Amino acid sequence: MNETAGPKIPQTLPRFSATFDPATVAEINRAAATGIYDIRGGGSKRKLPHFDDLLFLGASMSRYPLEGYRERCDTDVTLGTRFAKKPIHLKIPVTIAGMSFGSLSANAKEALGRGATAAGTSTTTGDGGMTPEERGHSQTLIYQYLPSRYGMNLTDLRKADAIEVVIGQGAKPGGGGMLLGQKISPRVAQMRNLPEGIDQRSACRHPDWTGPDDLEIKILELRELTNWEKPIYIKIGASRPYYDTALAIKAGADVVVLDGMQGGTAATQEVFIEHVGIPILSAIRPAVQALQDLGLHRKVQLIVSGGIRSGADVAKALALGADAVAIGTAALIALGDNSPDLEAEYQKLGTTAGAYDDWHEGRDPAGITTQDEKLAARLDPIKAGRRLANYLSVLTLEAQAIARACGKSHLHNLEPEDLVALTLEAAAMAQIPLAGTNWFPGKTTGF
Amino acid sequence: MCGIAGLFLKNRALEPELGALTATMLTVLTDRGPDSAGFAIYGHGMPDHRKFTLRAPANFDFGALAAKVDAVYRVHDDHAVFTFPAAREAQVRAVLATFPEIAIVAFGERMELYKGVGLPQDVANRFGLAKMSGSHAIGHTRMATESAVTTQGAHPFSTGPDQCLVHNGSLSNHNDVRRKLIRENISFETQNDTEVAAGYLSWKLRNGAKLNEALTSALDDLDGFYTFVVGTESGFGVLRDRVACKPAVMAETDDYVAFGSEYRALVNLPGISKARLFEPEPAKVYFWEHAA
Amino acid sequence: MSAGLNIAEPGAVVFDIAEANIRQLNATLQALTPTTNQTAWTVLNPAGEHAVAVGITAPVIVTIDGHVGYYCAGMNDGANITVTGNAGTGVAENMMSGSVHVLGDASQAAGATAHGGLLIIEGNASARCGISMKGIDIVVKGSVGHMSAFMAQSGNLVVLGDAGDALGDSLYEARLFVRGKVASLGADCEEKPMDAEDRAILANLLKRAGTDANVDSFKRYGSARTLYHFHVDNAGAY
Repeated sequence: MNETAGPKIPQTLPRFSATFDPATVAEINRAAATGIYDIRGGGSKRKLPHFDDLLFLGASMSRYPLEGYRERCDTDVTLGTRFAKKPIHLKIPVTIAGMSFGSLSANAKEALGRGATAAGTSTTTGDGGMTPEERGHSQTLIYQYLPSRYGMNLTDLRKADAIEVVIGQGAKPGGGGMLLGQKISPRVAQMRNLPEGIDQRSACRHPDWTGPDDLEIKILELRELTNWEKPIYIKIGASRPYYDTALAIKAGADVVVLDGMQGGTAATQEVFIEHVGIPILSAIRPAVQALQDLGLHRKVQLIVSGGIRSGADVAKALALGADAVAIGTAALIALGDNSPDLEAEYQKLGTTAGAYDDWHEGRDPAGITTQDEKLAARLDPIKAGRRLANYLSVLTLEAQAIARACGKSHLHNLEPEDLVALTLEAAAMAQIPLAGTNWFPGKTTGF
Repeated sequence: MCGIAGLFLKNRALEPELGALTATMLTVLTDRGPDSAGFAIYGHGMPDHRKFTLRAPANFDFGALAAKVDAVYRVHDDHAVFTFPAAREAQVRAVLATFPEIAIVAFGERMELYKGVGLPQDVANRFGLAKMSGSHAIGHTRMATESAVTTQGAHPFSTGPDQCLVHNGSLSNHNDVRRKLIRENISFETQNDTEVAAGYLSWKLRNGAKLNEALTSALDDLDGFYTFVVGTESGFGVLRDRVACKPAVMAETDDYVAFGSEYRALVNLPGISKARLFEPEPAKVYFWEHAA
Repeated sequence: MSAGLNIAEPGAVVFDIAEANIRQLNATLQALTPTTNQTAWTVLNPAGEHAVAVGITAPVIVTIDGHVGYYCAGMNDGANITVTGNAGTGVAENMMSGSVHVLGDASQAAGATAHGGLLIIEGNASARCGISMKGIDIVVKGSVGHMSAFMAQSGNLVVLGDAGDALGDSLYEARLFVRGKVASLGADCEEKPMDAEDRAILANLLKRAGTDANVDSFKRYGSARTLYHFHVDNAGAY
């Protein structure tokens, strides 16, 4: 262009593509440089239809709220009433989801145990086995039974309060566990029976059964091993929730656990997290429908997880028909994960507080998703346990406040009719009418 | 997911017991298939005659229908077996087509096919399986995976004259295959993956393949985990997919060849303690049949 | 200890499953302590039942006369168990210690994910024998099916007959010894020269299994260890 004097010619503004946005461009660059997929921790980060799209209808002319204090709103839940001799009684309907020692430090597992016990709820082991710290500090401990069977042994099985057979998790339904060499410390290697420092490869199917008909026999074996005492949970990454729930029940589950795509993982391929599995909001009603069709709602309990953040989320999940929820990511944040106090260190890692998700690298400044002894020592399990107990307390108080405003003396008395939806997607997925209407997509007739 | 039972008699003296033995096997397989059950049994046919198994709503007047098509008939609960001269098949089909509430569940010369919703023992009792006789039978107990628990969704599925299929497992590409088969004029009543496998075999056979060829090509065209047992006029066949996660146990004596999803289903067969027990290998078509 | 044939040892406690049931059998056997004087048990009429003799922790001798279903001797931790017939899926799965001896054939996933003990199969084992094994020793006198020793982490698998496709797929540190033909090797599984330690281990296992097969007639297979760290050049193997 000619450099002559005159008014400057207007330019178009630089414009990012919505399809090839900066994050996508950076990822394609990285893929081209390395030849390997991106691995990270956490759950789906994109905006999805979620509990925020639902609202409660508080007391008004036709419904009356409960006062606080002596006008009680109870929160307890019993899990595993179907077949087990010793069902599990929890004070609150919020449990700590399965997270492995290996993906988390021993201090973090201890902190989870301390906090959960103080709040009267349970923790869950993960894809690595049971540690003495967690069994020692968790009053109620659920023992996961995974495809890898890392660390699975008879003694720990009998020490557990319940057994959770893992079909999959929300971040990666159909995928197995993943732990990279930097986190296969001597202790982790010994527990998992692996060489130190190698990248763990994990099975995605169970080694000795495939399908609900053979799972039924495996559950029989687990009950025979443990004198029919312990509730058997079946955990599924939300995919086909109606059929998955029905088949879990037919296979003999006492409790069904459904984990939505917002549910976190220690590490897996980014594409798996973002593109496989469905949001928890879309999984709850079909699961409850399956329970109702089989006449087993409230007799086989339903725990849902994946993006539970506040007492409002807890209350909404219960209103849709779940018996309890599980938290994973939120529990880690409560312990101190991604804390703004560590911003300088996050910057050194090329990220920022609140966005850090390279948990597979084992360099967590908060000492939670690491096996590095120096980093792990930064987490004081007693202080962190107290933080978790505080957070669980807030979740409970918030849920109670909402339930009281809806006139409920027990969280379990929340029901779908207490809710309305703000968006078409949420209305269709949860089968809840749009606010101010009596309609949701798929509903054809009146009230 | 499901249970499969099959019994092929080498010793004709056992034919009167075929139904009772099959009924017992199905009852044992209730745990892995509590929703519904069905069986196909191969008894005597008449030369130059056809046998149709029909299913109708409860209280349907099979007698009147049989008179209309001039067929000998026998009623078993909501199913009935009509026998008539082969030359009249086209006319009989035309009349049946005017009764949309009637389903032709099976056709051929020897095969009778019954299925229904409920516990396997109840289904067997409703149809009087324990009193039936024949040279071979296959049976199935169903735990529905991704389709509804209905009579139409129960197995076996008829694939051709005197042929039917039962399945334990879960196909993963059946929706696409179903769409292709619909374009080939194969029709479907359910969303069931097994119905797709049965339709696939029918289509292959219709195009001139022999059954073992059709089963062999199924290994490439049908994706997923499966144990198939196919009943034919002269015997039965078995196929497991390459990965072979779903179970299959076989027992052979001088008197019979038996198939069960679990050994438990075979324990009441006569002489089982002396039987040769083996498991079919993956990706290999097996066949047992009587000489013509 | 070498596992001999112990059918109805004199003085054995006899338990007939036809008269009682699996729950009673397991409850009784699981209640035995290491100092029990009921050290020998005979189980009659297993009739293909599942979960027979699981989770025993006392070092007793159990002889099961007949065929068993799935998960026989599951999570065995110290008992010496013999099955005179065939075993279904997952025999001795997750065994911790002790021994299991199958005189007939075993179905798939024999010895799956087991941490210790000795599993001997006189006949054939089908697919996925020793899948995910974590320290168990397995000796199969017949052949094993496809995907045997899949993701096998540690322990030893000895096969006197043949092995099916994909032997040792995604193998870690388990040692595989096969005398017969191997249909194909799995990802990262390769033949290795047998060193002195291998020979000693193999000789010991053959002796304990009661066979005089010759150590020199076996080939040794193990992990090539190229999949121990994710690398783009191995993408085809995953």
